[in-house]
Order: sequence, then C-alpha cells, then structure tokens
Amino acid sequence: MMPRPDVLSLPELVNANDRLVHRGRFLTAVMRLDIGADAYLISIDRGRIADVRKGPFVMPSWTFGLSCGPDALERFWQPLPPPGFHDLFALLRRGELTLSGNLQPFMANLLYIKDVMASLRSPKETA
Amino acid sequence: MRATIESITGRYMRLDHKGREHRIYFEEAGQGIPLVCLHTAGSDGRQFRGILNDPRITRDYRVIAFDLPWHGKSSPPAGWQEGDYQLTSADYTDIILTVCRALELDRPVAMGCSIGGRIALHLAMEHAEEFRAIIGLQSSAHVHPYYDTTWLHHPDVHGGEVCAAIAAGLVGPNAPDVHRWETVWHYMQGGPGIFKGDLYFYKVDGDIRHRLSEIDTSRCPLYLLTGEYDYSCSPSDTLETAACIPGATVSIMPGLGHFPMSEDPEGFIAHLLPVLSEIAHR
Repeated sequence: MMPRPDVLSLPELVNANDRLVHRGRFLTAVMRLDIGADAYLISIDRGRIADVRKGPFVMPSWTFGLSCGPDALERFWQPLPPPGFHDLFALLRRGELTLSGNLQPFMANLLYIKDVMASLRSPKETA
Repeated sequence: MRATIESITGRYMRLDHKGREHRIYFEEAGQGIPLVCLHTAGSDGRQFRGILNDPRITRDYRVIAFDLPWHGKSSPPAGWQEGDYQLTSADYTDIILTVCRALELDRPVAMGCSIGGRIALHLAMEHAEEFRAIIGLQSSAHVHPYYDTTWLHHPDVHGGEVCAAIAAGLVGPNAPDVHRWETVWHYMQGGPGIFKGDLYFYKVDGDIRHRLSEIDTSRCPLYLLTGEYDYSCSPSDTLETAACIPGATVSIMPGLGHFPMSEDPEGFIAHLLPVLSEIAHR
C-alpha cells in the first residue's frame, strides 16, 4: 500500500492546474473531509484552494462534507486504483463514502470535486 | 482538403408508439444478420460508432443503432411539455419491437448496454422467439439506488454538467482520452430530466430479479459481457444474474468500465468478435 498523500498539499496541486481552477470558478465553499479520525477543512475560493486546515476543530462551520475510511481512500489514491475504488461515486456505491451538509454546491461542481480529490493521486508510472 | 466519409448512414423514421407519433433517428452500416444496438441511459446511438465503423463486424452484420425517443436526434412526441419523461419496462420493450418490425428485421440480434443490458434480459424472457441471440453489456437484474437522482434534473444544478460528472466516473481508468471525453460529451447533451427518467427503469421499474429463471437460453442464446471497472453494474452483479439463468455465457472484460463500446471501442470489439462469430455460425 502506498503512503497516504498529504491533504495539506491540495493548494499547490489544485492551484497549479488552471483548467481545474477554471472548472470550479463558481464554487466558493468549505469542504470538510474526514479520513477516519482525521478531519480537514478545505476552503475553496472560486475554484482555488485558499486554505487547508487539519483538525481537531472547535465548532467548525462547513458547507458540505465527505467522510471515508483511510483504507478505501488509499486505494482511491493509488496510481491505478482497483475496480470499485477509482471514483468518489464508486466509494459511495460501496458504502465507503458518506456525504453530508448542503449537497447543492457539491452536485453542481461534481466533476471539479472529483478531480480535486483525484489530484492527490500518485501519477502513473511511465514505462 | 480531403474528408473521410464514414460508411454509416443516418435516417429518420416516423412510427406509432403507444398511440403517439414518434420521429426516430437511426444509423446503420453493413449487411447480413441484423444487429440492433441499444444505448445507455441518458445517451444516444453514437456510443456504437466503433461497432458501426468496424468492417470486421459490418461484413457479416447489418448494424443498426437507434436513438430512443427523447434521446439524441429522436424527438419527443408532440405534447411532451405536459409531462415528465419516465421510462418503463413496457414502453422500452414496445419501442424496440416496434422499430425492429418497422425495419422488417428477420430475427435480429439485440445488443444493449446498461439499461439496454437490462431490457435485453426482458427481451430474452418475454420475446425470445423474435431474436436470434441477445447480448447484454453491463447487464444486471437490479441496481439499488446509491445516489439521489433528484439532482439530475434540478434548477440549481446544470443538468449536462452533473450527468457528465456521473458518467465520467463510470468510465474505466485506462480508456483512451478521446473516447472517454466523447462518451462524457454525449451525457452533456441529454435533454433535461432524460437521464433521470431512464434511471426510473434501471433502478425501480425494471427489476426482474424474481423472474430470471423464466429465461430459456435454448430458445434464444444469451451472452453477458461486463467491464471490470463498472460499479453501477459490477462484475459480481452480472455473475449473480447469470447464476440464475442456465446456459447464459458470461465474460468479464478487464480494464473496461460501464460504456465498453464507447469508452474503448477497440478494446471492447476484441471481446465482441468471438461472440458475433459464434452467433453467425449457430
């Protein structure tokens, strides 16, 4: 199993991808990400990742939340994820991922959010 | 400047379906055994462009792909604005049989994917005598809802964007980019509420778990091919379905996702050719 990627590296990974930032240009929100016992608040400002903070938090406010066990996300973040782990909705279908909060901005920006999460994936090795 | 003109021809037919006139668009190529192709929910017949353009197939098969009413270049019937679109098992079966009869096809092979793979099971169960063989792609008897389809047709969410985002995840991770994004593009072009209306059949009305044993493969051979990376209809869903149908042939296609004929035509056709050859020599 690969080591879990650092969620705190999201700003540099996402903000360097102009096309991805453009896709999320209408989204300003706080996404809560729970990976097992670890919680993160990811502030998104018009598609750019403005800030990532790691918990624990006291009275956090957030717009929508994703919660998933560490094993499933580590498979999701593999360079070539196994079947059933290659997409957020694959994790949802397996019952590994749960969603909470206001899901309107999540669904309205679904492809963006899928790609933000996938940006933590290790690149495929080239032959 | 020279253009490459494909051998596919596209035409419209007008026919009566459920008491209403419909204008149906269909494409075809090749000659021989009719092979009627049924697209996935929320998409259209362009998904079969690789099949229609492959001379290894069109040499022996007359490939026909029609757009369901409300999909692709097929219009909704007059008065559509007065109600919501919702596909049922009965309507789906009827339009397939109506198109086949209108084109005077002699015991065609039916090949459908996803909702098309589900209705393929219905056809095998209820209309075996009208088909030479049935090929179900991403076929299962039932899919439990795992997300709220209300969002697919909602004024606060762009329908084309959200349908595309749902479909994008179902493509296998190694699909060639050009075909991945063409497949996604088709989803961006669906009419409002159409993907959602198709999923009513897929997740509610079309459940045939309790009737699978009625399928008699000695009357009509049944082939089930499923992509390894599909999580809507997973390989285990297809294997469970096949286990209830004596004589069904199952193939799990490594690396492929929910749209094998569209996301990776070359990869899929390698799995399809032996099936078509077997049917042709029966």
